[in-house]
Amino acid sequence: MNVEIRINHALKKYGDNVIIPDLSLDIRPGEFFTLLGPSGCGKTTLLRMIAGFNTIEGGDFYFGDRRINDLDPSKRNIGMVFQNYAIFPHLTVKKNVAFGLQNRKLPKDKIEAQTEKFLNMMKIQEYKDRLPDRLSGGQQQRVALARALAIEPDVLLMDEPLSNLDAKLRVEMREVIKEIQNELGITTVYVTHDQEEAMAVSDRIAVMNAGVIQQIGTPKALYQRPANLFVSTFIGRTNVLEKKLVAKDGALAVDFGGYQLPMPNLTAEAQAGQTVQASVRPEELVIVDGGEGIRGTVEFSTFLGLNTHYLVRLETGERVEIIQESRIDDILAKGSTVRMTVKGEKINVFTQDGSRSLIA
Amino acid sequence: MWVIISLGLLGLYILFMLYPMLKLLINSVRDETTGAFTLRYFERFFDPDHGYAYTVINSFKVSISATVITLIIGVPMAYLYTMYEVRGRNFLMVMIILCSMSAPFLGAYSWVLLLGRGGAITKLIRAWFGIRLPSIYGFGGILLALSTKLFPLVFLYVNGALKNVDNSLLEASSNMGCKGVKRFFKVVIPLCMPSILAAGLMVFMRSLADFGTPRMIGEGYMTFPVIIYQQYVGEVGTNYNFAAAIAVIAVIITAVIFLLQKWSSNRFSFTMNALHPIERRKAGKIGSFFIHLFLYGMVVISYAPQLFLVYYSFHNVSRTGNIIKPGYSFMNYRTVWPDLGPAVWNTLRICGGALIIIVVLAMLISYLVVRRRNLVNNVIDTMSMIPYIIPGAVIGIAMIMGFNNGPLVLTGTAWIMVVAMCIRRMPYTIRSSVAVLQQIPITVEEASASLGASKFKTFWKITIPMMFNGVAAGAVMTWVTLITELSSSVMLYSYKTITLNLLVYVLVVGGTDARACAASTVLTLFTITTLVIYMRVAKNKELSL
Repeated sequence: MNVEIRINHALKKYGDNVIIPDLSLDIRPGEFFTLLGPSGCGKTTLLRMIAGFNTIEGGDFYFGDRRINDLDPSKRNIGMVFQNYAIFPHLTVKKNVAFGLQNRKLPKDKIEAQTEKFLNMMKIQEYKDRLPDRLSGGQQQRVALARALAIEPDVLLMDEPLSNLDAKLRVEMREVIKEIQNELGITTVYVTHDQEEAMAVSDRIAVMNAGVIQQIGTPKALYQRPANLFVSTFIGRTNVLEKKLVAKDGALAVDFGGYQLPMPNLTAEAQAGQTVQASVRPEELVIVDGGEGIRGTVEFSTFLGLNTHYLVRLETGERVEIIQESRIDDILAKGSTVRMTVKGEKINVFTQDGSRSLIA
Repeated sequence: MWVIISLGLLGLYILFMLYPMLKLLINSVRDETTGAFTLRYFERFFDPDHGYAYTVINSFKVSISATVITLIIGVPMAYLYTMYEVRGRNFLMVMIILCSMSAPFLGAYSWVLLLGRGGAITKLIRAWFGIRLPSIYGFGGILLALSTKLFPLVFLYVNGALKNVDNSLLEASSNMGCKGVKRFFKVVIPLCMPSILAAGLMVFMRSLADFGTPRMIGEGYMTFPVIIYQQYVGEVGTNYNFAAAIAVIAVIITAVIFLLQKWSSNRFSFTMNALHPIERRKAGKIGSFFIHLFLYGMVVISYAPQLFLVYYSFHNVSRTGNIIKPGYSFMNYRTVWPDLGPAVWNTLRICGGALIIIVVLAMLISYLVVRRRNLVNNVIDTMSMIPYIIPGAVIGIAMIMGFNNGPLVLTGTAWIMVVAMCIRRMPYTIRSSVAVLQQIPITVEEASASLGASKFKTFWKITIPMMFNGVAAGAVMTWVTLITELSSSVMLYSYKTITLNLLVYVLVVGGTDARACAASTVLTLFTITTLVIYMRVAKNKELSL
């Protein structure tokens, strides 16, 4: 069951319209791999190329050592879960799950046993004789998953499987999916535009934009050390401030206007006097009572229980968002002036065009 | 596999549609004796001395008037039905559907029996008041028969459109001060415009191509399907080539109108989907009375004449069958019984055979057109729509010209009727199948493929079962149009292939009214049974036309 997926120089175009110019990717055996990106970035297109529902205009796709470019979808041994579930409405739950097994012409008792196994695994045993339209969204999702897994596919492909569910079910189902995937150890490619969902389920994530992979990494790496400005703004919230690097005490520092933050961890490319994009996440700004810091005025505050969000206008004119753990004393009033320090080891600095990180 | 099916379908269209139409075209410009090229027949048609061109103007007058009248009746009916509480709304809906299902010429015939020269009401009024009613024959009669027969189509179309109008649109309109009648014209009608145009075209095409109604009630008022028939049957001397020429002119006219409608409806095309359907209100006492009077009144006017046929069928008559005697019995049924058996059997085998072929081919074609677009399938798509604009009488005459001699002789057999029926009804079934298929997300078929099913197995095990409900509902409606088909079959039948509908026609033309009524009652039973089956098959009680 554990198969590696290799994609070399994939090309996809519709007519003259190039969707994916040149994409290469290695997905490790048994890995939960997510394609994440804004809508229209080509992530679903790529998934459907792996599944065989989209033509491949160039490049090579491998499952292990087997080149699958010209293999019919029905022969690729994939399990696919669709956004709209694509459950056969005229077949009962059990027949839906057994459908793929019947195509393999397995003996009856084998089909029966395998179907039962996955009905139980997905906890839909009690609905097995129902027609799908009498199931809730979450139950339908379980049927779709059971059906895809019952054929013991080499690869499990999921195309935004949770986007039709409400928020609470979404969280519940992503835990189910993660758990089952861990249990079976099946190589999984998951497509979503929801970064929180991607972080929750994935071993590794590929962030895509305009048909190009921006970065591949663990959720932690993507959040804390994004490779470029796009990734840093797409994953989580951040304040982007255009600043200059200055020399301070023999090292480089980011000049926040009166507050110079030493950055000992920059690459050799970084030079004093260079304009950079500093990406500072809201929780990386700390409001301090006195001493050195960036000065600003509170414009707006939102109390959200665990945290309080502030919108602060800096003296340099930019607006930044700050998230602080809520305190028991009063919320800072609108109009009050504050000082902020920056957690230097956490922030990221990019070249002026945002294409490269300057963090070593 | 699919390539073979595509080419096979293409072959069928070429053999059974293009080939006869081509022969029709050739015959229209070929001299009947010498075989040389001539435009004589077209000249003759437009020659003012012969007055043939007048039939086109007549046809237009009738069709335009019928379209306007059915819209004036049908649109407000649908509006009132949707906006207000109406007692027995389901019953009313069933009756309106039933009105739309009856054989076209039976409506005209029943009006003749009621208001004609020897008609029941005519006699009654003369006996009671000594007044002579104005003649029912001619333009007025055709219009009466067509309007009462066709307004249900408009009603059903517009009712369908109003279902997709969201209540909030009406509320927003009221909110901005546009209410009542003003809102009806400024908001409701524009919202339903695509359906109104579609319904208008439907009524227009049907009136234009209708053969039975002008034949029954038109007398001297000729329309061109009647002329084609007469030239072919030869009540005033046969002339195949001239009939072919008229047929070609007819097709050109309908094609132009079809294109005009396409062009105009593209300008009004938009989609709606109601989250909150229109909420029905209770009208005031007086208003409610008039609403009920209008809705039920129209249904009575449309359907009562048919019930009169049923009543009439039980009358005792003289031996010849045309003089009414006192008393009621089943004698008319006994008299037509020997003819009835074969006619019912022919109806079942010919129309049933055609229905099966239509459904199978329509499913295949819709699949090819929607899921496997390529050059051949695009050609099939276009070809399958051609019969939409060809009047039945033209198809009838084309069939004869194509299969009277030459490599494939079919005239006089049941097959030629089956072929004509298939060609005529296929476009409608294909359109509804395409609509059904487009509703099915392609991912369901992809899911099947990912689970290891081949393309053919996917089509057979997934696509067909999922399409079936929708297509079956459409098939029931097709069945009704098949058993009431007259304009092409009337040229193609022989004594061996006479169907129930044709039997009624023959008996009517033969002047044996009561027996015709008996046969027509059996036909009516057929349509009612069909409707009952339809109500069972269709999940919702909506009618797709």
